[in-house]
Amino acid sequence: MYRYDSYDQAIVDARVEEFRDQTQRRLTGALTEDQFKPLRLMNGLYLQLHAYMLRVAIPYGTLSGKQMRKLGEIAGKYDKGYGHFTTRQNLQYNWIKLADAPDILAELATVEMHAIQTSGNCIRNISSDQYAGVSADEVADPRPWAELLRQWSSFHPEFTYLPRKFKIAVIASDDDRAAMRLHDIGLKLVERDGVVGAEVYAGGGMGRTPMVAPLIRDFIAEDEIISYLEACLRVYNRYGRRDNKYKARIKILVHEIGVEEYKRQVEEEFAHMRELGLNPPVEELARIRAFFAAPAYESGLSDDIDRSNPAFALWVDRQVAAHKAPGYAIVNISLKPIDGIPGDASAEQIGLVADLAEAYSFDELRVTHAQNLVLPHVKKADLYAIWQKLVAAGLAEANLDLITDIIACPGLDYCALANARSIPLAQKIAARFAAAERQAEIGELKLKISGCINACGHHHAGHIGILGVDRRGVENFQLLLGGSGAEDASLGQITGPGFSEDGVVDAIEKVTDIYLAERESGERFLDTYRRIGMKPFKEAIYG
Amino acid sequence: MGAKTGLWGGDAFVKILTGNDLASGDVIWWAGDGWSRQVSDAADVGAHGDDLARAEEAALRVVGAYVIDATLGEDGVRPAHIKDRIRAFGPTVRPDLIEQPTEADIGKWVI
Repeated sequence: MYRYDSYDQAIVDARVEEFRDQTQRRLTGALTEDQFKPLRLMNGLYLQLHAYMLRVAIPYGTLSGKQMRKLGEIAGKYDKGYGHFTTRQNLQYNWIKLADAPDILAELATVEMHAIQTSGNCIRNISSDQYAGVSADEVADPRPWAELLRQWSSFHPEFTYLPRKFKIAVIASDDDRAAMRLHDIGLKLVERDGVVGAEVYAGGGMGRTPMVAPLIRDFIAEDEIISYLEACLRVYNRYGRRDNKYKARIKILVHEIGVEEYKRQVEEEFAHMRELGLNPPVEELARIRAFFAAPAYESGLSDDIDRSNPAFALWVDRQVAAHKAPGYAIVNISLKPIDGIPGDASAEQIGLVADLAEAYSFDELRVTHAQNLVLPHVKKADLYAIWQKLVAAGLAEANLDLITDIIACPGLDYCALANARSIPLAQKIAARFAAAERQAEIGELKLKISGCINACGHHHAGHIGILGVDRRGVENFQLLLGGSGAEDASLGQITGPGFSEDGVVDAIEKVTDIYLAERESGERFLDTYRRIGMKPFKEAIYG
Repeated sequence: MGAKTGLWGGDAFVKILTGNDLASGDVIWWAGDGWSRQVSDAADVGAHGDDLARAEEAALRVVGAYVIDATLGEDGVRPAHIKDRIRAFGPTVRPDLIEQPTEADIGKWVI
């Protein structure tokens, strides 16, 4: 894992003290709310539906045990005993007191964490593949690239006041586990003639105008990535709309001027940038890469797993993924218990996962954009012991990528922007489909719920998506089918008129029934939908 | 301040003032002579809500204050919009964390 150097630490420590002073001035009235609001937002502190909410950055979703433990301690000490892992691989605390916020940031700084750039019209936390560094099919570990981009984008003076927020994802596998093409810029590492570089996609995103990012460059070498991204951002910063926040994202610019024109302008700017010598020295790239060297895997380990316990075997089949090192596995920890809240974890659960990371996973864990956790380096021989601890902590649900592994934004239960509640609906759907046999029969089905058009719950990218709307003060839910945030990225289509909360659960059942009746061998729900189209599903739903 | 009765009688329509406590962030309701964490204490502010909001924000007692519509009936004050009822109640999915706005059927009160 990357470790702060003295510059990183000094910057973060200074920011904490700056914010402590700003907070004190707010509490004594020296700053008005209008003056203070942009300052607190720059430190991830929102005023939400019930209280102040603090969003903590988890760079590319990677944490050490010590960092995770600190997140749990803060949840217990300053919040109401839990935190919420988000679709951007971050963590949010829902019940923060303004007076405590500087102390929380100071505690985060002791473990090389912060909340900087988790809000505002700047480059946000860089997201990545939760299997980075351990997936057998990746071209290279994307984390050094993500870390390079983190350093480049942190406090970037030119890109602190962009037309709108800006999200970047980096992946390195053909399997896209990071919804890369639904980011403002997506990078996919590829190899060409023995050299690793990146395909660059620009202009993707969800929200009220969802778009899948088109490819704008099929190869950029690592040592020129900074110059190229500078060029992409410069064109956006200059021509992105500032008169209408709903049309200010880069996806609107790329769409309005056209992909070819955007590419032309970026290439023109890139040619200019190249002459300025802004790329980091190769020594710095090597320094960063050294932090992500593979841990000291043991050799000669067995790949055998004792599957005599049926519940354990079920969990292994669903939650454990192949690791590149013999004898090791990737463990996915579900934060989607049937009666739980997607993405929520108690302080005790967070502490337990920190312990497991230290004891069994070379002191490392990951947060996924699907609001689950990952232990990336686990000996297969340790799987049973880990599973037993997860069972005791209520963290052993075996539902990865199944219909109850629901992405849900906080919705109207927590969010001031929301129009409808996402979480109770997720719980009703999970309860309806709770039987393990039924989930297994349906197979991979990614269901995603947003409580408003801003799409934090990625409803556009759900095989089944649900959008909560406000219909004259009453919650109403639109149903979408056919979206995907994976390598086969697509946007879901609305089925028709919306439903009540109970009505949409019934509609989903009709949709899955049609799928089960119509599917051909080996087809996932999404495959069947793409083959037979919307019509049979609409007929079943609306009669 | 003269609450108006609904067109068909029954609950009266009132204006109430809400916001968040500046230091703690807690949801608070203007109770006539100060702020309360219980919506059941909310007072009708009539046409004076915006002036009150400005004065109370300037006094550092509240942040993000705004006036909302509510009804006043046998079960007490009930914000007109579900968003404000959830603010008063707390997350509907965490009954262990809720504020108790009324002794009546709480679930029905929110939804």
